[in-house]
Amino acid sequence: MLGLNKNDLTLLAIVAVLTLFAPFILNPFPADSAMAQFNAGYPDLMQRFIIFGIFAIGFNILFGLTGYLSFGHAAFLGVGSYASVWMFKLLSYNVVPAILLAVIVAGLFSVLIGYVSLRRSGIYFSILTLAFAQMSFALAYSVLSNPRFNLTNGETGLQVYKNDPQIFHGENMQDFPHFFGIYMNSTHTMNVGAWSFDFNAGYYLCAIVMILAFYLSIRIFRSPFGMMLRAIKSNQTRMSYTGLNPRPHTLAAFVISGMYAGLAGGLMAAMDPLAGAERMQWTASGEVVLMTILGGTGTLIGPVLGAGFIKYFENIFSKINDTILHQWFAFLPDGIEDFVVFIIHPFIGKGWHLTLGILFMLVVVFLPGGLVEGGQRIGKWIKSRGKSDDSTASTEPAE
Amino acid sequence: MDALILQILNGLDKGSAYALIALGLTLIFGTLGVVNFAHGALFMIGAFCAVSLSKLLQFSYVTIDETQKDFLGNPLKVETPYIESWFGPELGASIIDWSVPLSILLAIPVMILVGLIMERGLIKHFYKREHADQILVTFGLAIVLQEIVKYYFGANPIQTPPPDALMGVSNLGAWFGFDLPYPNWRIVYFCFSALVITGVFAFLQFTTFGMVVRAGMADRETVGLLGIDIDKRFTVMFAIAACVAGLAGVMYAPINPPNYHMGMDFLVLSFVVVVVGGMGSLPGAVLAGFLLGILESFASTTWATTTLPGINQIIIYLVAIIVLLTRPRGLMGRKGVMEE
Repeated sequence: MLGLNKNDLTLLAIVAVLTLFAPFILNPFPADSAMAQFNAGYPDLMQRFIIFGIFAIGFNILFGLTGYLSFGHAAFLGVGSYASVWMFKLLSYNVVPAILLAVIVAGLFSVLIGYVSLRRSGIYFSILTLAFAQMSFALAYSVLSNPRFNLTNGETGLQVYKNDPQIFHGENMQDFPHFFGIYMNSTHTMNVGAWSFDFNAGYYLCAIVMILAFYLSIRIFRSPFGMMLRAIKSNQTRMSYTGLNPRPHTLAAFVISGMYAGLAGGLMAAMDPLAGAERMQWTASGEVVLMTILGGTGTLIGPVLGAGFIKYFENIFSKINDTILHQWFAFLPDGIEDFVVFIIHPFIGKGWHLTLGILFMLVVVFLPGGLVEGGQRIGKWIKSRGKSDDSTASTEPAE
Repeated sequence: MDALILQILNGLDKGSAYALIALGLTLIFGTLGVVNFAHGALFMIGAFCAVSLSKLLQFSYVTIDETQKDFLGNPLKVETPYIESWFGPELGASIIDWSVPLSILLAIPVMILVGLIMERGLIKHFYKREHADQILVTFGLAIVLQEIVKYYFGANPIQTPPPDALMGVSNLGAWFGFDLPYPNWRIVYFCFSALVITGVFAFLQFTTFGMVVRAGMADRETVGLLGIDIDKRFTVMFAIAACVAGLAGVMYAPINPPNYHMGMDFLVLSFVVVVVGGMGSLPGAVLAGFLLGILESFASTTWATTTLPGINQIIIYLVAIIVLLTRPRGLMGRKGVMEE
């Protein structure tokens, strides 16, 4: 069905079910219990999961398949955001033209950057993309916001003002992005006993887009084109000896992943009609690299997992503070309790990046395949343990 | 004419910082074959050596002076740094005043230690892994180091003034008959970095140790076959590279108040510098560092920014892109380095 084999179809179905029922799944704790702070089922965070998931899926098409490590993908995300805010400013708050333009503009931009950067490979490619991204960041921050030609609105960030043309903006429409009249911030809250679940229109738009994006990425992974990209990663020389030119394929992969980034940027602007230059900074590009690696490079589900993992723990860890820690460790004797809290303190709250950095190093050192590999290893371990029990049972009589 | 010279001089201090960091990066890359994204963090740690020493020296105890009153009428509390009570007020005060240059003495052992721990603890396991993996793990390490510094020193830049004697501005052009005011500390910085660069080159060129290292850079296997433990020497070179970056950071502290992300800001540019100079070429890194520093300073003149707005922000990247596309090996790159 849908041109997928059985395994992929199951994977797609699992992802679809998980995303569509996320408001339930991510809210396992009653709203006013002590554990409610571990709930992630509020619209803003769920939207971030999905948007960064799309970004990472796209990045994985380039990095996971071809092995080209781009350090400038945030530039496409930023360009996408700017493009869609411009659509809001010029046409109306409808998200469809905004997202379409975001994808197209990011695609064109990535053709330009990719054409130049892909002339080199390895670390040179990384540095070139980094240089281009930093250049676009610097330009968006300063030059493109001069009074004569204000494209990005500099430090303030691009946003919609009352005196913008908005030629298709209806008379009694609210000033917020909408999908043919469904506002992105409209939320239906369902209360079931002590639980409350939020169903947000913006989230569901993102979720549907992500399922489509995920489907497309499965198709790319399984297509002859995807095979070609893998060939580029494993041995480019051999590929060119067989008479195939790797560059158009790599460029296509680069542009596709740039368009995914643009899509993510467009959605980001649709959820909150504001675009700032800091989205293009190289640390933002670093973040998507982290997500992809953490989840598992070159796997289908990995990037989504990585994005969800990083965004969830970012949110949870930065919320925990010393008081909560003291509550948790209250069962320990006083001195030890204080000591434990003192040890953990640097890793929580504002120190979340420290935890992230350590985690990331551990993953690269011990688990190069990311969370997916970790899962597989655990699975294997459980299986082999079952088997080894059998084997010892069978060998014992021989002794 | 004097405007021209002034721009060149202005570029020299940033250029020296780029050159020092790029030199270290190239040393590490040339010897161990590792792309070190944590090198900027080493630069930052160096700068924070200066900060911590000046803080340490100013540790003081409080005495209550009954003879004087503050504006509320309470007895005045006088803070005396321990240094002043140990060495006498005059010598003590001048030690505090010279804390930044003194930090060099602190920074050298600290940086060597940090370098050795980094190399033995982490980098060692990444010799044979892909460059992408090396970039990623050192990137993670850079985040960790940065966050640790942020935890102890806070997120705000910390002012670390140079010694009073070197604080002012002197007129360099006076000898040649034109007007050319230039801050003293920047002259010191340039001379210092020239000294460090010469030191590193002399070490590599004129000592037996350096000779072995150079041989190892050219052909690691053969040197190993001759019965020399080249890995040990490369580890020492890593420590030296860390030390160079740290010293660059120490002396840069008075120019730019250190904050926790200064390393990252410099790192991106230093990588560009290394690539422009040619991966694996030490003179290339130094040359490109100074060249790009001076170019950046020329691009920041009012004439340049009015004709091409924003050129000062993108010039380095622009040059890097042009160089990489026209001369793939960089300005002075060797054949066979980083080529598939």
